[in-house]
Amino acid sequence: MAEVTGTTWTVYDANTLTQAEIYGQVLCDLGTIYPKIVGLSADLAKSTKIGLFGDKFPERFFNVGIAEQNMFGIAAGLAKSGLIPFVSTMAAFTTMRSAEQVRTDICYQKLNVKIIATHAGTSFGAAGTTHHCTEDIAITRSFANMTVIVPADGIETANAVKACVDYPGPVYIRIGRGFEPPFYKDENYGFKIGKACEVCPGTDITLICCGITVLQAAEAAKILQREDGLSVRVLNMHTIKPIDEGAILKAVKETRRIITFEDHNIHGGLGSAVADVIAASGKGCAFEKVGIPDCYAEVGYPEDLYSHYKLDTNGIIEKVRQVMGKEFEEDESWEDEV
Amino acid sequence: MPLSEQDLQDLKEKAWQIRRDIIDTTVWAGGAHIGGALSMVEIMTILYFKYLNIDPNRPDWEDRDRVVLSKGHGGVGYAPVLANRGYFEKNELKEFNHFKSPFGMHLDGNKVKGVDVSTGSLGHGLSIAVGLALGARVQQKTWKTYCILGDGECNEGSVWEAAMAAAHFKVTNLTTFVDRNKLMIDGPTEKVMALEPFADKWKAFGWIVRECDGHSFEELSAAIDYAQAEKNAPVVIIAHTVKGKGVDFMENEVKWHYGSIDSVLADRARKSVDAMYGK
Repeated sequence: MAEVTGTTWTVYDANTLTQAEIYGQVLCDLGTIYPKIVGLSADLAKSTKIGLFGDKFPERFFNVGIAEQNMFGIAAGLAKSGLIPFVSTMAAFTTMRSAEQVRTDICYQKLNVKIIATHAGTSFGAAGTTHHCTEDIAITRSFANMTVIVPADGIETANAVKACVDYPGPVYIRIGRGFEPPFYKDENYGFKIGKACEVCPGTDITLICCGITVLQAAEAAKILQREDGLSVRVLNMHTIKPIDEGAILKAVKETRRIITFEDHNIHGGLGSAVADVIAASGKGCAFEKVGIPDCYAEVGYPEDLYSHYKLDTNGIIEKVRQVMGKEFEEDESWEDEV
Repeated sequence: MPLSEQDLQDLKEKAWQIRRDIIDTTVWAGGAHIGGALSMVEIMTILYFKYLNIDPNRPDWEDRDRVVLSKGHGGVGYAPVLANRGYFEKNELKEFNHFKSPFGMHLDGNKVKGVDVSTGSLGHGLSIAVGLALGARVQQKTWKTYCILGDGECNEGSVWEAAMAAAHFKVTNLTTFVDRNKLMIDGPTEKVMALEPFADKWKAFGWIVRECDGHSFEELSAAIDYAQAEKNAPVVIIAHTVKGKGVDFMENEVKWHYGSIDSVLADRARKSVDAMYGK
């Protein structure tokens, strides 16, 4: 991608600004460099922070009102005219209300539309099921041509937004409501679409995470090392599609135990994507998926929900101890398995 | 762009040829949406042979005019127009609907030269057309966008979301048609889900409405000129048409929304079309 310099946000900002605010600022910076970027929202310009871009480039920003299907259709037309639309609304209205426009108008035609879906998972927990979105990874990863990214925090969101400008085709970037604590200290950790980041090295078990669970798993890994003497590998699988098969197979081979953690229904999301890779490899490994257990999540503040669904540090520790305690056939002779 | 006598003659000749090709393609395809393909022949013919600034040798030319066939099931009516305009050879249509053919019932813009937008799911096209028109505006381009809606399609709420947006954003570099053939799959539009007062609905959404006989090149031409001269609000041309136009046993018959024809019916259909043009 083109070198993006002169960004107006700083690491200090990253610690004080929300994920969405950083996204809004990065998009403003990119808008100066790329005149082909246009922005769209559906009466959520303020909530999703794409309004910052709209304030800076009013002639390149379209607030279509509360009409998401129309918004994604217009985005398809704008992309067809040669522009690069960035579209922001809540994940629920992106992937369910407008699923067909995203699939048929954008993905089928392989259009250069970048979708930043906010309030994903249970991040808007108190709003209830209508505003939760624990299905979007499953939906978007079943759309051919779509790239699916779940950044761990605001800095990774900034990296993903910058990387997707020159990444061809439709990209779905899934973020929370914006109050997620930062994980990365700065943006120079080698973010690359489709390449998992090992945020903790380890040899006993691998925790494959995306979004808010990355920070929680990294904390859990430290505690498990200290208290249980466990060597816990944590992978930030920020790109769910295309998934980093190499990193998963390496974890199967080297740690033989994998748990996935995601703020999403356990069906169809990160865990399923990882399970697909493991199953196709023919290699055995202890495996568990942790997420929203195929139900509509309870109402509550996100931290309470993450605790309830075992997605916070304590929950992750509990799950790791469970899996480590399971009978599991240790087989040193990896080579004889097919 | 007033039509000369020669223009009229040429357009009619093209329309005759396209109707014949629609019949042939329906036979080759083993079945197609022939009724709505025949109702839009004059709209598509006048666009492709009179109005559009396009170059079939450069289908991706960035300054070309864009067309969105929102009633995407009209593919069997669209592909013969593109073949006649020189985008590909007519005999390629023999593969229509067949295994691995670029031509399915709903044309794929990534596979069929000349198709700007892949359509088929109703209610999507006007939004995409509004996006194209806004894209031209943002980039200060003078190319135009044309959108052809079906009337039954206007049951879809998303059409009216797009209509609201086009008026709100004052999209006037877009020319929109409704092929008002008054029939949908299950029956007359007014019986399945009433559209009338149709013109009033568009007016209430901030559009200027121009109604015309959708089979008259003179009336279509006047309506398009009117629409393109208007700079304050989007214009919709409600083109009153006959579903199955030109094939006597299909005209105004609900059952010919989609159908297949054997060689006997095809001969009857060709004779009917020839008679329409005094051939």
